[in-house]
Amino acid sequence: MSIVVAYTPDAYGQAALDHGAAEAVRRDTALVVVNATKGDALVDPRYAHDDQIAAITSDLEARGLDVTVRHEVVPDVAQAVLEVAQETDAALVVVGVRHRSPVGKALMGSVGQRILLDARCPVLAVKPDA
Amino acid sequence: MDLLLDGFATALTPSNLLFAVVGVLLGTAVGVLPGIGPAMTVALLLPVTYSVPADSALIMFAGIYYGGMYGGSTTSILLNTPGESSSVITALEGNKMAKNGRAAQALATAAIGSFVAGTIGTVLLIVLAPTVGPLVVQLGAPSYFAIMLLALFAVTVVLGASKLRGFIALFLGLAIGLVGMTSGQPRMTFGFAELSDGIEIVVVAVAIFALGEALWVAAHLRRKPLEIIPVGQPWMSKADWGRSWKPWLRGTAFGFPFGALPAGGAEVPTFLSYVTERRLSKHPEEFGKGAIEGVAGPEAANNASAAGTLLPMLALGLPTTATAAVILVAFESYGLQPGPQFMAQNEALVWALLASLFVANTLLLVLNLPLAPVWAKLLQIPRPYLYAGILFFATLGAYAAGTSSFDLGLLLVLGVLGFAMRRFGVPVLPLIIGVILGPRLEEQLSEALEISRGDYGTLVGEPVAIAAYVVMAALLVGLVVARVRSSRSTTPTSVTEKDEVNA
Repeated sequence: MSIVVAYTPDAYGQAALDHGAAEAVRRDTALVVVNATKGDALVDPRYAHDDQIAAITSDLEARGLDVTVRHEVVPDVAQAVLEVAQETDAALVVVGVRHRSPVGKALMGSVGQRILLDARCPVLAVKPDA
Repeated sequence: MDLLLDGFATALTPSNLLFAVVGVLLGTAVGVLPGIGPAMTVALLLPVTYSVPADSALIMFAGIYYGGMYGGSTTSILLNTPGESSSVITALEGNKMAKNGRAAQALATAAIGSFVAGTIGTVLLIVLAPTVGPLVVQLGAPSYFAIMLLALFAVTVVLGASKLRGFIALFLGLAIGLVGMTSGQPRMTFGFAELSDGIEIVVVAVAIFALGEALWVAAHLRRKPLEIIPVGQPWMSKADWGRSWKPWLRGTAFGFPFGALPAGGAEVPTFLSYVTERRLSKHPEEFGKGAIEGVAGPEAANNASAAGTLLPMLALGLPTTATAAVILVAFESYGLQPGPQFMAQNEALVWALLASLFVANTLLLVLNLPLAPVWAKLLQIPRPYLYAGILFFATLGAYAAGTSSFDLGLLLVLGVLGFAMRRFGVPVLPLIIGVILGPRLEEQLSEALEISRGDYGTLVGEPVAIAAYVVMAALLVGLVVARVRSSRSTTPTSVTEKDEVNA
């Protein structure tokens, strides 16, 4: 059993991580953090730097959690999160959701929406504190 | 002076000003994006020459050329990945500065240095162009032949790490240039009637630059994203100004002459400028850790060399960089042939072009200082979208060149060639210059031999020709000596500079 967090290095990802960590403590399960990119642009602000990942990991481990981080280049980000959830027999997937314009959604798709609709386990959709 | 003012009058009409703005914006954008350069952009935009007046199109292309030099530095500094081959050196110190939290200062010194160098370079161009014009009119066909030969030789030998690969590219280019009818006989047309007019240079340029690069990127699409350093508004402190202005001027002094030489390009002068600044600096300990001089000098040098490149292009019709080569194609599609008589016959156009260089340079400074963070955002565009657009314009351009579907097949074949050249590290520049200069080389040779009635002695019958051959011989000897020495010395030669494809 595990809890999978779809992480991005911004307020939404941080909110997902905070709720995911709290949930993992409450249920006493392992935490899997997924941060992936399609790697088709030269710069992807939603792909965390290596030192950011290291900081998160050490922070969570200090809280006594069993943390695994999946930090990789994949063909499809939503699919990657779902696959990790399946693989680790996830009890819960945590994802940060944001407002999207219809045009932006049509062009870029929505990772959050695909996780919500396609996950085989409950999904916790969170927002950063306003 | 009146001519220059007339030039400004042409360059500053609203429509031409708009073309200049479009040019510098596009130029900076493609300069920022690695793999997409001003040469490819001008090649893709060549179809506009069918409908836009000559002065407007050339003003836009000049803007793209200058803009590309500006934009390349942004990526070098923020990403440590040079946007252009002319900015390879900038990355050395520029990225270190950015990592130390001095990205704003590095961008500022690059932009202001580019402006200073571009302005001085353009002034030199304006002073020198009219004086060089009458001199070159006196050159005969044998001198022309020798100078073109020197340009081909120098471009192949001086740039790039592997001479063999350079010559492979050069002879590929010359071979493509041979296709067509000569004295009523088809040559290398392989029975295709469509080839009897020769291969359209537009198709070659678009295929090699755009299609080759698109295929190359498609083959390496998924990569770990690079770490970009966030930046705000570029600015400089008083101390930075004090440390920057001398490197700007010295960089200009390196850049312009090298740009004007037949072996031009920005790679050599930017490197020389960097080495000089490292030696002259009062802060040698900062070099390698982010010294502002190491950004100021090379960035000035590459813009000055862009101005210098235009001198042989306008006065002799000799392109020395890929971008200049493609701009030359644009001239030719207007039926204009840069060269000895060109400046005298097209005064208005030449002066409008020179005036527009000032306009472009000023626009670049105004646009680039406040917009640096916006340019950095361009790097987040997913490359499939970008290259889909490029392929669309490439196909459109190749088809528009001759409205024949045969050209599209040719585009694909040459595009695969462009991909193979990138795969095997063969430089693109000698090929494109070979395609352009090859037919003209042949023309001058046959003219010289016609005048001399077949006596080959005429080829060394003019002092300029002899001088050109002597320089070529000296280059060759220098090359051999350097090779012998490096093979004798036990220390392995450090080839740090990657042989970037100058697209």
